[in-house]
Amino acid sequence: MAITQLSAFLENTPGTLCETISAITDAGVNIRALSVADTKDFGILRIIVSDIEKTKAAINNDTVVKETPVIAVKMNDEAGALNSVLRVLRTAGINIEYVYAFTGAVHGNAYVVLRVDDVEQAEKILSENGINTLGDSDIASFLN
Amino acid sequence: MKNYYQPEIETAPYEKIREIQNEKIVKQVKYVYGNVPYYRNLMEKKGVTPDDIKSVDDIKKLPFLSKDDLREAYPYGLLGTDLKNIVRIHSTSGTTGKRVVAFYTQHDIDLWEDCCARAIVAAGGSDEDICQVCYGYGLFTGGSGLHGGSHKVGCMTLPMSSGNTDRQIQFMMDLGSTIICCTPSYAAYIGETLAEKGYKPSDNKLKAGIFGAEPWTEEMRQEIEKSLGIKAYDIYGLTETSGPGVAFECEEQTGMHINEDHFYAEIIDPDTGEVLPEGSKGELVFTSLDKEGFPLLRYRTKDICILSREKCSCGRTFVKMTKPLGRSDDMMIIRGVNVFPSQIETVLLKEGYTPNYQIVVDRVNNTDTFDIYVECPAELFSDKVSEMQTHEKNLNTAMRSMLGIGPKIHLVAPKTIERSEGKAVRVIDKRKLH
Ligand SMILES: [Zn+2]
Repeated sequence: MAITQLSAFLENTPGTLCETISAITDAGVNIRALSVADTKDFGILRIIVSDIEKTKAAINNDTVVKETPVIAVKMNDEAGALNSVLRVLRTAGINIEYVYAFTGAVHGNAYVVLRVDDVEQAEKILSENGINTLGDSDIASFLN
Repeated sequence: MKNYYQPEIETAPYEKIREIQNEKIVKQVKYVYGNVPYYRNLMEKKGVTPDDIKSVDDIKKLPFLSKDDLREAYPYGLLGTDLKNIVRIHSTSGTTGKRVVAFYTQHDIDLWEDCCARAIVAAGGSDEDICQVCYGYGLFTGGSGLHGGSHKVGCMTLPMSSGNTDRQIQFMMDLGSTIICCTPSYAAYIGETLAEKGYKPSDNKLKAGIFGAEPWTEEMRQEIEKSLGIKAYDIYGLTETSGPGVAFECEEQTGMHINEDHFYAEIIDPDTGEVLPEGSKGELVFTSLDKEGFPLLRYRTKDICILSREKCSCGRTFVKMTKPLGRSDDMMIIRGVNVFPSQIETVLLKEGYTPNYQIVVDRVNNTDTFDIYVECPAELFSDKVSEMQTHEKNLNTAMRSMLGIGPKIHLVAPKTIERSEGKAVRVIDKRKLH
């Protein structure tokens, strides 16, 4: 059960990121998690949002936006939790392109977004090891 | 049915054209010698008199004119007749140094418009057509030239000028334009905008486009033909020789026929000035055979091309020139290698990029730096940095195999490189600023 991440190709100038984020929040969308990768020339914004369609409509037409399935794992907010998730995937030979974390409303819960090439395989391995992953409906309801 | 505006001259046997040229050049050299002290001086310095010019074969004895001469003689030094006979001027955009101002008598305007009319008819135009002219009007020759040609053909002419793309599209769709005339980059932009508005190429009534005033490639032609659903024809000219219409493409689309009854073309070695035989690649030089206001003899265009007299299936006998393969002054020498922007455009289109790019050349610690900024198309965008870097690397490899040197590629967000509604600034050579 993967979740949908939106990514956007942003011009690497101060203000572009800010403009995009305000456009999304002004549309009444909650940004659950966010990560920015930047190089000298461009930035890639990756977000998990409460409403994908609203977000796409809010982002400027000229901006390239892409949807990608990613894995969201719920963990106890304690030392070593992330490490054990990563170890399971590494043992199974699954390469992780990037990771970013976010916290939930319930005290003690932390979440991590994992970008892998084979989502299905990764989820199967995680589930076999007793690690729960979230779906889009969890994201939509969570915090609301 | 053949598409000729003036069939008698356009399909005349070569000997006949030669005869006309010989007759005109003798008269024209006398005219210039008598009316243009600046050129008379150059002739005297070279020891040539009008009596030495008996046919076009003798043109090679005449001195060249370059853009520098035009600047030196600015504004009135190359005027060929009394100002009272001049009815109009046009001028180059003057991006570097002084502008070039060209003068036209009514006779000059007439023959120029005839040349443009030949181009429109060769592209399939007739009095049944609706011709949308979105070249800039005003000092630029593009608008007035095609406008006048369109009138001569009898098309319903839409004098749109450039810019205001929404309005261009509205008129195009509402009135059913069948022919469009503009710069190729603007045509590509209109095609892009039509698609964004949800129009299919078959939704418009356009059948042909006449595009010029800036360099474009075969790949760009195919893009434009696909996005607008038309045949895209090239047209060539420069303000110094009147404007667009000096040469134009026929349905064969394999080069542009030069209007040889008005312009005599030579190909020279840009370094030595020596005239090269047919089929050689070199700098194009024009002699206007019958202009009155601004009668330039042996004007060096700086455009590099090849001439061919091979028989054309359209039936025209005028010599054909290739698309300019580059400009002798646009040619960049980067780390000792000759690079033309048109080669870069070819690679971009082949690799799935848009022709929206900018080249930046600089010199750091005595070494040339070579950077290309190119918009990343939506299909190539990835949320993974590694994949984006792979695109940059692949493009670098493709450029290296075409050019012989590898530029640093920078992918930038779509629509961030400035779009042009006139001429595009593709190259920023910072070495010249130091
Ligand atoms: Zn032809």
